[in-house]
Amino acid sequence: MDFPRILSGNWDTPDSHRLAVAKSRGVYSQLPRALAMAPNDITQIVKDSGLRGRGGAGFPTGMKWSFVPPAEKRQGKSVYLLCNADESEPGTFKDRYCLWLDPHLLFEGMAIASRALDCHVGYIYIRGEFRYIARRLEEALAEAYAAGLLGKNILGSGHDFDLYVHVGAGAYICGEETALISSLEGEKGQPKLKPPFPAVEGAWRSPTIVNNVETLAVVPWLIQHGAAAYKALGTEKSPGTKLFSVSGHVRRPGVYEIPLGIPMMQFINEYAGGLLPGRTLKAVIPGGSSVPVMTPAEVAICSMDYESINTNAGSYLGSGGMIVMDDTTDLVAALTNLLRFYAHESCGQCTPCREGCGWMHQILCRVRDGEASEVDLGTLRDLADNIHSKTICFFGASAAMPVQSFLTKFRSEFLDRVQRRGVGAA
Amino acid sequence: MSHSATSAASRGPREWSPEQAAEIELILTRYPTKKAAVMPLLWMAQDAWDWIDLDIMRLIGRTLELPPSHVHAVASFYTMFKKAPTNKYFFQVCHTLSCALVGAERILAHLEKRLELDEHGNSKDGLFSVLRVECLASCGSGPMAQMNEHFYERLTPEIIDEVIDALRSGKQLPEPRREADQWIFPVS
Repeated sequence: MDFPRILSGNWDTPDSHRLAVAKSRGVYSQLPRALAMAPNDITQIVKDSGLRGRGGAGFPTGMKWSFVPPAEKRQGKSVYLLCNADESEPGTFKDRYCLWLDPHLLFEGMAIASRALDCHVGYIYIRGEFRYIARRLEEALAEAYAAGLLGKNILGSGHDFDLYVHVGAGAYICGEETALISSLEGEKGQPKLKPPFPAVEGAWRSPTIVNNVETLAVVPWLIQHGAAAYKALGTEKSPGTKLFSVSGHVRRPGVYEIPLGIPMMQFINEYAGGLLPGRTLKAVIPGGSSVPVMTPAEVAICSMDYESINTNAGSYLGSGGMIVMDDTTDLVAALTNLLRFYAHESCGQCTPCREGCGWMHQILCRVRDGEASEVDLGTLRDLADNIHSKTICFFGASAAMPVQSFLTKFRSEFLDRVQRRGVGAA
Repeated sequence: MSHSATSAASRGPREWSPEQAAEIELILTRYPTKKAAVMPLLWMAQDAWDWIDLDIMRLIGRTLELPPSHVHAVASFYTMFKKAPTNKYFFQVCHTLSCALVGAERILAHLEKRLELDEHGNSKDGLFSVLRVECLASCGSGPMAQMNEHFYERLTPEIIDEVIDALRSGKQLPEPRREADQWIFPVS
């Protein structure tokens, strides 16, 4: 398949994180052009390209940018641009590659975005476990500043953009944009009710755009090649390429850039190397641990784009973090593992989530260990249904969806475990 | 929820060194409020003094004109701010689904046996601590562990032994085996 590697094109060049190497690969070539453009024209290209947020929600990026109020309606407030590099969704590890192997592409994307948004200060919020990457980002920032590519009067354009790295300290919830803002402000990383949406009132009560690493890194390519070239890739409603992280029971787990829309089985077999010898497919979580699980029959008819996964499997493309499970997997144990994660990471603000996630985990431990009855499965389902959509942020739904989908699509595994009550774990 | 506050013992009052004070001045230029510097200062303090006790929280509160209770709230919300000491070499082993599917428990069992860990995850020789942690975004190269700041990926008991032996003998730390360092675009 022939397609441009928009995000991973520089990854196999040695020292791709150094400014000189990055420049020789064309990074920063679009910055002067973008700085000479009218800000609205940049936003229009992003809108026309159909680029959707790559962090998980898939919200159209250009539309998000256009929510920032115009200067005359901002009462002199600054606009902030935040890069969400808090990559924490289990199964997702693509941003780590972008940050480590091509930091300058991200900086260029952010500088171009800052011009479109009339923004002069940006932060890259990176998870604390990535401190070794944060150090590399700091070095790369120093190089970019020294070359006049960031800071005051970028390349003599009159546009100022200061960019800083802010290091988190271990909290999954900070990947949620309002929690990320709370954390940046020096608070506990707890989400806030929307509206107001961050684009209107975000960090320090100023208009704020939060975009994922991968989303921002696409922007220079859009400036160079235009919206039509991007729309020519992928499908009509899911244009472009996307990075997919694949893990679990495949022969070549890793990060792959593909045009959206290729058949899921083709991706698993040709890119991820297929299953291990002698194994058969049991289940796939397509877009990070929070999205509903898929059965092999669903995998067979789905393609790797937002619409197909939703229409054919009731699941989501999400962050593109695919977890593949073969026939050796104990799905009850797998779900129990995931609920331990959610119980650990709930920020504690909303009662349904704080209490419910722990409770669901406890029930699942008993189901896994053969100590539960069928009534417990009903309680589990009730809990999930009563957490979903009843919390401030999407975390509650993220914990509920795996439970709902595993219980529905793989019911026999759970029934088998409760009916053999007292027999012990399989 | 496991972000509950841990009571912290005291090691006596703290003051910033002149170098730290200069660094704080620089950090404060990056944000519109002093409060926003609370996490950078907690990191700075942890780097210098290994873990965050109540006196450090008071010092940060004084520096940023924040109530110490706020610093405590922030420090206890985030799991990476240590409210108690750990041993010199700190293994954080991922046990979330993707790593669990490829043998995280085997790595944890090996560490437990090899290091003779007590119920707090501290080794008998007082050199190592081991903690189970949730997803470190290294799912395609599990099982994995973060040793201090370094990611060690595609772990086997043999690699664990190699790392432990090097650390015990005071030799140079083995190079981290990081998947993203060895990126090779797969030809499809």
